[in-house]
Amino acid sequence: MRKITWALVATVVTLVISAGFAQASTKEEVQKRGAFQCGVSTGLPGFSIADEKGVWAGIDVDVCKAIAAATLGDATKIKYVPLNAKERFTALQSGEIDALVRGTTWTLTRDTSLGLNFAGVNYYDGQGFMVSKKLGVKSALELDGAAVCIQSGTTSELNLADYFKENNMEYKAVVFDTHDATAAAFDNGRCDVLTSDQSQLYGLRTHLKKPEDAIVLPEVISKEPLGPVVRQGDDAWFNIVKWSLNAMIQAEELGVTSANVDEMKANSKSPAVRRLLGLEGIAGKGLGLNDDWAYQIIKQVGNYGEIFERNVGTGSPLKIARGLNGLWSKGGIMYTPPVR
Amino acid sequence: MSKSSQKQRWWNNAQYRSLFFQVVLVAMIVGFFCFIGTNTLANLEKRGISTGFGFLSLKAGFGILQSLIPYDESYSFGRTFLVGLLNTLLVSALGIFFATIIGFTVGVARLSNNWLISKLAGVYVEMFRNIPLLLQMFFWYFAVLRTLPSPRQSWTAGEVAFLNIRGMYLPRPLFGDNFGFVVWTFVLAIVATVFIRRWAKKRQDETGQPFKLGRVAFGLIVGFPVLVFFALGSPLSWDIPKLQGFNFHGGMTVIPELTALVLALSVYTATFIAEAVRSGILAVNSGQTEAASALGLRKGKVLKLVVIPQAMRVIIPQLTSQYLNLVKNSSLATAIGYPDLVSVFAGTTLNQTGQAIEIIAMTMSVYLVISLTISGIMNWYNKKIMLVER
Repeated sequence: MRKITWALVATVVTLVISAGFAQASTKEEVQKRGAFQCGVSTGLPGFSIADEKGVWAGIDVDVCKAIAAATLGDATKIKYVPLNAKERFTALQSGEIDALVRGTTWTLTRDTSLGLNFAGVNYYDGQGFMVSKKLGVKSALELDGAAVCIQSGTTSELNLADYFKENNMEYKAVVFDTHDATAAAFDNGRCDVLTSDQSQLYGLRTHLKKPEDAIVLPEVISKEPLGPVVRQGDDAWFNIVKWSLNAMIQAEELGVTSANVDEMKANSKSPAVRRLLGLEGIAGKGLGLNDDWAYQIIKQVGNYGEIFERNVGTGSPLKIARGLNGLWSKGGIMYTPPVR
Repeated sequence: MSKSSQKQRWWNNAQYRSLFFQVVLVAMIVGFFCFIGTNTLANLEKRGISTGFGFLSLKAGFGILQSLIPYDESYSFGRTFLVGLLNTLLVSALGIFFATIIGFTVGVARLSNNWLISKLAGVYVEMFRNIPLLLQMFFWYFAVLRTLPSPRQSWTAGEVAFLNIRGMYLPRPLFGDNFGFVVWTFVLAIVATVFIRRWAKKRQDETGQPFKLGRVAFGLIVGFPVLVFFALGSPLSWDIPKLQGFNFHGGMTVIPELTALVLALSVYTATFIAEAVRSGILAVNSGQTEAASALGLRKGKVLKLVVIPQAMRVIIPQLTSQYLNLVKNSSLATAIGYPDLVSVFAGTTLNQTGQAIEIIAMTMSVYLVISLTISGIMNWYNKKIMLVER
């Protein structure tokens, strides 16, 4: 009895003492572990989806790879953690993942009350509607009384309510946990409309029984800037994630690609290129990384234009135009603070 | 011996000692939970995560498929809690009702002398008891209910009720001003029946004369209100659903998610109830039946007066567990899109507000309270039917 009592006291004391210690930094943890834990979706074509061999691909996955390349020097040292919309923030808050790259919309509430920070935008999206061609609907304003399939825990749920209210229309929201279940219910005819970010609609359409029978309506009813998210309070790690993304955009601006990066590193005289590749300037010191951190990203993953075209653009079944996601210098709004 | 007991110090006294250690243990447990609580709050604060229950009064801003109370996007997060709670209670009540009926029927059928009936009941029990509940839900929702036609090709019963993939559309009763009288008559009839039953029982105890309660009760409870209803000029009309645009408007809707969930829960739980019923009936010694027959009781009376009261004592504790299981299993609703407490409150609301600890704590307490209530009612009933030893 006495032994047990002392054991209890000892446990409580240890707990009290250990509570005083600060958490180790995420960067050190990742480097010690030798693997970066990246939270992705449970399967969304073009953004993050695993093929039949379990190999992950997508524009979100490539951001994970960039972070791993910068931090560990190896874009393959990633442990992917598939999460649905409901689980994602808790997984990040509790430290189950190091960063969340899962088509997450940057909003005031999420940025300020969840203990999280958004490290940039890797895809500018907007919410749209997909309907069956049979309905003969040409505009979202004709959707009064429709049953709408939607994924739970998303900003889409809120935008949908706002849009129908503004236009004095009624709807029935049928809410599911995952992309797959939502799309399956739409495919089966449980709902007239599937709503989500437009890019996701194109992705989900490729998985329908008859993709050609569904159309995406022209209306875009919201702003959905999607980007990587990290925990609040670890600024060094926040910087690493932020600049991993920025480096890819900067590389596209400078015309550095995965194909020509070695040649550029050897021969380029442009100071901007030399700074990006870590040959001049502050290089990796500010981030606490190797000087070639950005070189590793570009070499192993590519620049932003490459990952866009490969996953969602002309090189993919989704065939989404650059649009808003083009560089600022080419009519889009992709812009990065200078790497210098 | 006597010397040592004289010199015994208080800390060597067994009574004081055990009391002391119990106090220390309680203090440590309380301290431990206080520590966990304050530590959590401090850490949440440090990480910039909002805490507290203030979010309950904020505007929710999302729609819910089915609500038993008025609700739209402009109501608060607190309201979504109520909507989810009522949806959970609805599905649990329906599930318990149907599971009990199916369970008792199948349990009795399994003991039938008819070979076919008992084997069919056996197959039913072994099949549905051994397939995971979640799979059964998917089966009903994605396989069975998905074969229903689209709204424009609805199956209809006399153009007043419709069945399609979006659900079952039924006429909704619109009660007239005087309908309250009909309800009151009904209530009065029930009260009257209770009194008649008492009187009949007393008379039988005293004189041995049985009283045909069934017919009288039927006449009172059904016949009387119907008479009043027509005497008042039928104060009831119907709101019939109509196809407008994409969907039916008006009437009442039973969403397919609810149907699938109730089906899955009741069919699954009924198998366990059936086994409980079977075990209860088999637990009554056959000598009891024989003795009752020897007294000249008819078969129905033997069941009603001798077998069932004794069987219930075995059945009730197991039945309680199954009711509790059903309520807790109803939280699987989220997998097929039924807006229960877990799906609405611990799902969407949690995600929109991010206050996981408060919301999960509230949700857990709800299930705890529901379960304790059911368990309390069943324990009371169990005590009531316990063997009274004389």
